[in-house]
Parts: sequence; structure tokens; C-alpha cells
Amino acid sequence: MRLIATFIILFVFWMVMAGKFDLFHASLGIISCLIVTFLSGDLLFKESRKGRGKEVVRFITYIPWLIYQIILANFHVARLALSPKMSELINPQLIRFKVNLKSDISKVTFANSITLTPGTITADIVGDEYLVHGISQPVIDDLLSGDMEQRVAHVFSED
Amino acid sequence: MDVFFLYSSLILCFLVLLCLYRVVFGPTVMDRIISVGAIGNKTTATLLLMGMIYGRVEMFVDIALAYALLNFIATLGAAKFFRVRKSILPGSKYFQERKKGVS
Amino acid sequence: MEIVTIIFVSGGLFFFFAATIGLLRFPDFYARMHATGKGDTLGGFLIVLGLAVYNLFHGGHGGFDLASILTSVKIIFIAVFIFLANPTATHAVFKAGLDSGVVPWTKEGSR
Repeated sequence: MRLIATFIILFVFWMVMAGKFDLFHASLGIISCLIVTFLSGDLLFKESRKGRGKEVVRFITYIPWLIYQIILANFHVARLALSPKMSELINPQLIRFKVNLKSDISKVTFANSITLTPGTITADIVGDEYLVHGISQPVIDDLLSGDMEQRVAHVFSED
Repeated sequence: MDVFFLYSSLILCFLVLLCLYRVVFGPTVMDRIISVGAIGNKTTATLLLMGMIYGRVEMFVDIALAYALLNFIATLGAAKFFRVRKSILPGSKYFQERKKGVS
Repeated sequence: MEIVTIIFVSGGLFFFFAATIGLLRFPDFYARMHATGKGDTLGGFLIVLGLAVYNLFHGGHGGFDLASILTSVKIIFIAVFIFLANPTATHAVFKAGLDSGVVPWTKEGSR
């Protein structure tokens, strides 16, 4: 079942990339997609879990908030870079803090959200402790307030 | 519209020159790696703009896609290489901390 | 639709510009990575998205045929790839820097 889904996704991707819908290109695509599915078919879908649909719907509603945060904080970094008093405004520091997320996928989503939001980069995850580098005081306070963590926990229904 | 695309790519080329300063004079190796990555990003955008100017986007989009992939892999490979070496600045606090086996 | 393209591409150029200035001005390697890793991501995303919109309406043989839609889908693939790959590369280089022992710059001097 997983192999068939992987094959279909790969083949649709091939047809979009090829852009020609004749028999020659389709047969080439079928052959190469079969080879790739045979070699590494278990990479795309790791395990099948119940309740995936709710997570997907909640994740889609999480994306616009994330994009809004990205644009907001991008303006923050741009203002820092362009202001003449830059060396007084920035305060780079490494901080450690614990989170309450349990499963691996929620931790990865939270780490990638931190990295995508400008001003903070996840450096390392040890157990449930995060090592984060922030560039100035406001973004660090924003992160430590735990708003993003609650939203990620809500997406994977761990709150 | 072509004029707008032309001037946009000229600005991008100028920004690539500015990034080149970091590549040549960067104090550490990591500075050079991230500057090369930034130049690759700008080149991807420039390739698409060039395709718009020449009116051959369907050809240039494949080149830009391959360039973005290669840029990503080159950055990852360089990062991996210099992480294994572990000898840029030995003796620092974070170096010792990680060596004791925090992770 | 041209005005949408002009707005997107100009915004992308602005973020690219800010990222480059940040790359030149910030005090150490970690802070520089904030500028490039993020400003480049959003800048490239905006430029590529603007070009996809322009191509959808003016590409191919006059717009809105199969060729222009396919090319726009490919351009959007580039945008999604930039959005996925750039934070990953930033994270990898950051961890490599931390492992190889580049000391982070702080305001109080070295801790």
C-alpha cells in the first residue's frame, strides 16, 4: 500500500517535470519510478498511524500563522541589518530551555518552525532540551513566552 | 516589463559582488560556506529572470531547479566535511563541552 | 497582473538587499547566518512566486494554456524547494560551526 502510494506520487511528479504526455515519456517514467520505488520505497511514509487526517487539517491551519510570523520577523531582521545603530540593538546569545512535546514529529516541527522564524535558529536538541541561538532580546522573549510551542502541541493534540 | 526584469537582475548581480567580499575575506571557513550558499540563492533567482528576458522560461526553469538542488547539496557537503575535521578553533568552551559527550 | 509581479519582485529584492547588508555588517558568523538564512529564504521565495504569477498570465503562447501552467507549476516547485532546503542547510552549517568550535560573539565579550 505504501509502495503504491509512493509510486503514484513519483509518477505524477515525473509527468509534471517532463511536460510531454506521449507514450515514450510515460514509459520512461514508469520504468524509472519502479526502480526508485523498489530501491527506496520505505523512505516517504515511515509508519501508518491512526488519526492522521485531523493532524493534517490542523497543520494546514497552522501554516498561515507561521507565514505571518516569518514575514513579521523578517522585517525585524532587515531593520536590524539596515539600522546604523546595529551594534546596540543586537544581543546574540545561546539559550537552553525545556519543552513539553513528546513525539518526534512534533519536536521536529517545532525545531523547524524556530529555524524558519528569523532571529532564532535551533542548534541542537538533546532529549527535550533545546539549544537555540537568538539574535536580539525581543525575539528571545517572544520564543520563551511559549506561544509557538502551544500551537505546535495543539496541532499534534498533545496539549 | 523586460526593462524591469533587466534592472532586477542587474541589482542581483551587484548583490552577488557584495557577497563575494565575504567569500574572499571571511575570517572563518563557515563564513565562506554561507556566503557561497547566499550567492547560489541569488543565482537561482537571476537564472529565472534571464529566462523571462530571453522568453525561454521553460528551458531556464530546469536549469534553475538543478542549480538550486546542487547548491543545497554543496552546502550540506561542505558543512559535513568541516564538521568532521573539528580543527578550526580547538580549545573553545563549546568544543570541549560537546567532546565530553553532552549529546 | 503585472503590478502583482512588480510588488513581489521588489519585495524580494529588498529582502535580498537586507540579507546581503546583514552578511557584511553583523559581528560574527552566527549572527550572519540569521541574515542570510532567513532573508534569502523569503527573498528568493517572493521573487520566484512573482515570476510564477507573471508566467501564468504571459508565458507560453499568450497565457493560460498547458505550457504556461506547467512552467508555473515547475517554478512553484523551485519556491517550495527553497523554503524546505534553506532552513535545513542553515541548521546543518550552524551545527557544523558549533561542533568545530567557533566561539559565539556576545555583547559582554567572551563568556
